[in-house]
Amino acid sequence: MVDMCVDLGPVRLATPLATASGTFGYGTEYMGAVDYSCLGAVTVKGIRLDAWPGNPMPRHAEVPGGMVNAIGLQGPGVGMFLNHYAPLYETAFEQTGIKPPAMIVNIWGGTVEEYAEVAHIVAGSGFSFIKAIECNVSCPNVKSGGHTFGHDPMILNRLVSTVRKDLEMPLIVKLAPNVPDITPYVKACEDGGADAISLINTIPAMVIDIERRKPAIANKTGGLSGRAIHPAAVKLVYDAHRASKLPILAMGGIYEAKDAIEFMLAGASAVALGSAIFSNPGVVREVYDGITEYCSRHGFTAVRELTGALEIDA
Amino acid sequence: MLDEKSKVIEHADRGEGYRLLALYSPQIASAAMPGQFVHVKVPALEASALRRPFSIFDADAETGTVRLLYKRVGRGTAALNAVKPGEELFMEGPLGKGFPLECTGVPLMAGGGYGVAPLYFLAKKIMALKGGVPPSPELFVGGRTKADILARNDFAALGVPVAVATNDGSDGDKGFVTVPLDRRIAALKAENEPFTLYACGPDGMLKAVADRALESGTDGWISMDRHMICGVGACYACIQKTTSGNARCCIDGPVFAAKELVW
Repeated sequence: MVDMCVDLGPVRLATPLATASGTFGYGTEYMGAVDYSCLGAVTVKGIRLDAWPGNPMPRHAEVPGGMVNAIGLQGPGVGMFLNHYAPLYETAFEQTGIKPPAMIVNIWGGTVEEYAEVAHIVAGSGFSFIKAIECNVSCPNVKSGGHTFGHDPMILNRLVSTVRKDLEMPLIVKLAPNVPDITPYVKACEDGGADAISLINTIPAMVIDIERRKPAIANKTGGLSGRAIHPAAVKLVYDAHRASKLPILAMGGIYEAKDAIEFMLAGASAVALGSAIFSNPGVVREVYDGITEYCSRHGFTAVRELTGALEIDA
Repeated sequence: MLDEKSKVIEHADRGEGYRLLALYSPQIASAAMPGQFVHVKVPALEASALRRPFSIFDADAETGTVRLLYKRVGRGTAALNAVKPGEELFMEGPLGKGFPLECTGVPLMAGGGYGVAPLYFLAKKIMALKGGVPPSPELFVGGRTKADILARNDFAALGVPVAVATNDGSDGDKGFVTVPLDRRIAALKAENEPFTLYACGPDGMLKAVADRALESGTDGWISMDRHMICGVGACYACIQKTTSGNARCCIDGPVFAAKELVW
């Protein structure tokens, strides 16, 4: 038996597997197809203070090795989320006999103050299954939605410390991949009081419909996710792990256990699946089983021993 | 909703570019309702490829069979085309909100091309529900040319009258499906007979049918065809504007009331 429990900083998770924000709705949509007993956490779609309509259609394009999306953070606003979606998550598990995975609530805003306000509303909501807040400072698809906060370490630091102030809930900050060096951004989060970081968000990308000579996505550009981005994500996790002691929730192109194990060896404490679930909801169980098999085969009695266990020859 | 491993029973040609795929999928077959769809993992595509949504043409709980009528239009359907009897594939289903079966007056169904797919299952269910009591559903089907007029014999076998329109006049009325549909609507109105409209097909046709429902003050049920990512309401990629905001075709639809739709 492999101990699958991990600690993402102060957040204890029953397994190292989570879902990535934006790919898993508000947590209940995949019931019946995904094996929730394998999930340590679900991360819900980004929430801001008020409802947000998102981008025009079309919102995605399939590409080799993944997809490009520009959904644009469509969401119900924090009030509706807490009044409708969070209770739905609670009741949905009552019949199943499965303990609900921890919920990580992804938030965003147009100003630093909005981030802080949404975070405090969520933290004060009293739902016992909400275990952490994930601050999205890296969505490539909404002009005011985080990108500006995530691309300047000074602004990022101010945002993290403002949100962190008097917040009685662990805070994760989700970073952008398209920076020359991740180190100052990780430091900005650490100095600002973040409990963990998550990376990577999608990589800015564009698809052109050559027959129409128009962008394939109404937003013109979007974010690349899927298999193609995995090696880039592993490198950023490796860099972030060397830059600080902040625990890492890693995501980007996990399609099989090997991909998740790579992230953990590079320094991640937990990992999140995203696009892979779209094509195969069974992937959650497959990755879980693959990790336990790997741990048994390599003599690891607890999955958390994998974190940072990469061996680099001098 | 579940992700059911389904075995291909038959994969038949239905004319130029059209195929009818029959699968043994007992759990989906017994739960499916008209207008719902399945999200198919196409075996010949790379493992990371997105699933493809298909309307349910027919589902039979007794035999556990689900049938899909599709047209080869892109990479996904081209790859699906290669699937052979005996092969297995995964499909999630039944998904989405289908057509209401309770209707007022004569059920008038308008389909464009492979848009007739969900209307066959709908006609069958409505007739079963009515237990042979008239009025029976009537089908109005449009296509660019004769080859796009699908499943005529299937509807005829149910006892559903079929009126055809083609853009090139190679079959039935020349023009859009609204030509025979408008004629029928006018006749029903002249007799003060109530009717309910159903439609599935290209957007232009759907809007034309929705407009007629609104003008006539009758119920219209419109099935939208959109590219999807998740198919279960999780990703918000398949959006349709409605009077209550941006709705998801995969879970709030694909069938919407004509009066909800914002074009």
